Amino acid sequence: MKMELIQPFINAADAVLSQGLQGATKVGNLTMEEQAYRRKGVAGMIALTGDIEGRIILDLEPQTAVRVASHYAGTELPESDGLIKETIFELANQVVGNAISALNDQGFHFRVHPPSLHTAEEGDKTSEDTEALMICFETSLGNVFMNVALRHNRRRMADHAAVGA
Amino acid sequence: MEQFAAVKRSKDGQPVRYLIVDDSVFARKNLARMIETFGGQVAAEAGDGLTAISEFDRTHPDIVLMDITMPQMEGIEAAERIVQQHPEARIVMVSSVGYQENIVAALQRGARHFVQKPVKAEVLYEVIKYVLGEDGAVVAAAGAGA
Repeated sequence: MKMELIQPFINAADAVLSQGLQGATKVGNLTMEEQAYRRKGVAGMIALTGDIEGRIILDLEPQTAVRVASHYAGTELPESDGLIKETIFELANQVVGNAISALNDQGFHFRVHPPSLHTAEEGDKTSEDTEALMICFETSLGNVFMNVALRHNRRRMADHAAVGA
Repeated sequence: MEQFAAVKRSKDGQPVRYLIVDDSVFARKNLARMIETFGGQVAAEAGDGLTAISEFDRTHPDIVLMDITMPQMEGIEAAERIVQQHPEARIVMVSSVGYQENIVAALQRGARHFVQKPVKAEVLYEVIKYVLGEDGAVVAAAGAGA
């Protein structure tokens, strides 16, 4: 997976989290998931289809998710509140939306699917054609993890090449 | 949250009434809080395009804030259907997917403006004033019992 595909997602997450949490966000570790992905807590997943296919997961440890959702709600939320999941979904939505807006302007076309709760304890790991990267964002309310697994849609790319030939 | 000078309807001085359409409860609550700081009033909420159409017919809001990616019926199609029935409808698309094709498609199908998420209150405030034009009037500080 080329960095030019990843960078818009990092930029978007940095911008969305900085603005929403009203504080500086530090981009921490960037690691490749050699082992199967292990969910950390409340994880919202968004699938992409089109020229690039795959999924993005925004994953927060439970206590961090409560703090982040409470910050947005402007009131202390209990851990069981449904708004916590909704907050993580919407943050994932904003990150992906902003990133694909940038990629679309570079000529990549996508369809974004509605967010869903990633409930499996384990997810994809890096494979021959899909690299899974984990980026950690350090915020004042705790760490926010973004797992990005994308691959080029070879059939779509071949179609584009044929049209361009 | 920052307070803004209230924007009222110029014809009767009443609060501007909004229909908020978004499948995310979080996003709807966030927009509703912003609207309150503008001195506005939430007329109705909807979680998908189909419901948005029926809620528009029921409440006749002054402004619709419409998400794009939603289940059942997406926002651009819902905007088009509302404008076909109500050419005077003022619809502002509010979406995280802000690439040019999407913006152009929304405007061609009847939306008046586009705001990208995450929404900055000061940006939405300016867009609302612009979209209301002479039908809106800035009258006083919001949140002061107005």
